[in-house]
Amino acid sequence: MGVEVAIEQGKAKANLDVFSATLQELAANDRDIVVVTSDSRGSGKLGPFGQKYPGQHVEVGIAEQNLVGVAAGLASAGKKVFAVSPACFLTARALEQIKNDVAYSDNPVKVVGISAGVSYGALGSTHHSLHDFAVLRAINNIIVVAPADNFETKQAIGLAVEINRPIYLRFGKKPMSDLKEENDDVFQFGKGRVVIDGDDVAIIATGETVYPALQAAKRLSNQNINALVVSMHTIKPLDTDLLKNVAEKCRAVVTVEEHSVCGGLGEACASYLLQNGISKPFKILGIPDEYTVTGSQQDIFNHYGINEEGIANTALSLLKK
Amino acid sequence: MTKKSIEYRKNILKYIFHANAGHTGGSLSCIDILNVLYNHVLNTGPENFKSPDRDRYIQSKGHSVEALFVVLADKGFYPVSDLETLCKYRSHYIGHPTRKVNGVEQNTGALGHGLPISVGTALAAKMDNRKYRVFTLLGDGELPEGSNWEAALTAAHYKLDNLCAIIDHNKLQITGPTSEVCNTNPIDAKFESFGWSVRHVDGHNFEELKETFDAMPFTEGKPSLVIAHTIKGKGISYMENVLKWHHGVPTEKQYEDALSELDNAMITVPDDF
Repeated sequence: MGVEVAIEQGKAKANLDVFSATLQELAANDRDIVVVTSDSRGSGKLGPFGQKYPGQHVEVGIAEQNLVGVAAGLASAGKKVFAVSPACFLTARALEQIKNDVAYSDNPVKVVGISAGVSYGALGSTHHSLHDFAVLRAINNIIVVAPADNFETKQAIGLAVEINRPIYLRFGKKPMSDLKEENDDVFQFGKGRVVIDGDDVAIIATGETVYPALQAAKRLSNQNINALVVSMHTIKPLDTDLLKNVAEKCRAVVTVEEHSVCGGLGEACASYLLQNGISKPFKILGIPDEYTVTGSQQDIFNHYGINEEGIANTALSLLKK
Repeated sequence: MTKKSIEYRKNILKYIFHANAGHTGGSLSCIDILNVLYNHVLNTGPENFKSPDRDRYIQSKGHSVEALFVVLADKGFYPVSDLETLCKYRSHYIGHPTRKVNGVEQNTGALGHGLPISVGTALAAKMDNRKYRVFTLLGDGELPEGSNWEAALTAAHYKLDNLCAIIDHNKLQITGPTSEVCNTNPIDAKFESFGWSVRHVDGHNFEELKETFDAMPFTEGKPSLVIAHTIKGKGISYMENVLKWHHGVPTEKQYEDALSELDNAMITVPDDF
């Protein structure tokens, strides 16, 4: 079901809502699931969780460094901890705690960055997180995941509860749906998901940009161009097998992310392809290294070509090369 | 206990001298506190280190790792001779605590991290109705780190009376006297106003330290803070209160002088101390 249709039918849910609902479901049978918030229970849609499981909710106030440190301590004592805060603060202000207390100390905290990327739109750059993939890619021992749709979100939360590893989960707040109407996909961290198969251009996207990538693929199909779309939900470890396959199979590669073009999905893919002798026309779509244009999330996407038209045009120009 | 501390001091100096690296002054200022914690207070040892009910010790002032390594060796977590690899290529015994070393609870070294982690660990005990307690040692020089004060609020908010923070108050940090670098005094009034119960103690007086830790929690429903007044470089006369021994390494002559001073001190200690 397309997101527009889902919205019309009132079935679209932000991944964040799915995160919250899934966590409530799981916590019903698992007393060790603990949510830690920094006055972020409202933004994280976790109000109901706190009401239902007050003994499993820790509030530290607006103090992100403490949020992550406390979460690490809880995790070290066996709790399955979700440390939830806006991605912009969590992965900048508390980066040292993520690096040392979570990743280096191997405390299996699930660090959850909410309203990530430019979800906060017109609130401006203080509230944008366009650096989180880059900084976390450079930190050893943390899995980095940006689910694209409600399906991936639900799966990711379930897996995050099960695995005893540090992980960063990144959510936007835009209403989403499922990218596929019928779905028997197996979701695994580190394994990208082919949403549409094709052999002309590979569009590798992550998080909320997978949906416009899908729209672009449909637009390209009207011009008899077969685009392959990957939801590369796991930025680290990157699914290099899939990347290699799709890059070798297609004539061009476009990456799309709600992140700076520096250090994110695109550069991770470029690095792998170049170092493995796979040379295809290649373009990274993301937010360039400049003062980000002001406006809503969609305004910003449109401005930088992270939309149906922009992605399709980028693909076309690469195919002409 | 006095004898043990002298032995610990000898080993601290031995391995710092051998590694040609280390935080000498701070290790000597906190070693008596660690002695009392590991030999009188904490219920931990190699035999129960995996037990969820063990007391936790988290060293926030990670740079004084030599003190911790020497004590953990004495507790039987590993042979003290392992410390011959201190700061050497591929050794787990590096200049800050890591969990690669048996007996270490958390990887620390960046300052202002021990207290938040300890708060989380103490909170988990409350959630699970476990009786273990959490102790964390902070340097006085790390108090300006804001994360300490964030965690201090949370500890009081959640009434963590199973948590004890200890400040190794040796009053010197790498640049100079802590009161001149960034005056954090009065420390007691600050923590009290944050909802903690605070006691001062002579950080080199075993009886006072024991009595203080035995009295924990000082107030039911409040986290405890022990301000341990210590002397940087304690036990080696030429190092005491001298700034350069923050991470100074003794020369061979200085090392020998220090050992003789400690050996002489040992002679004067009655057998049962």
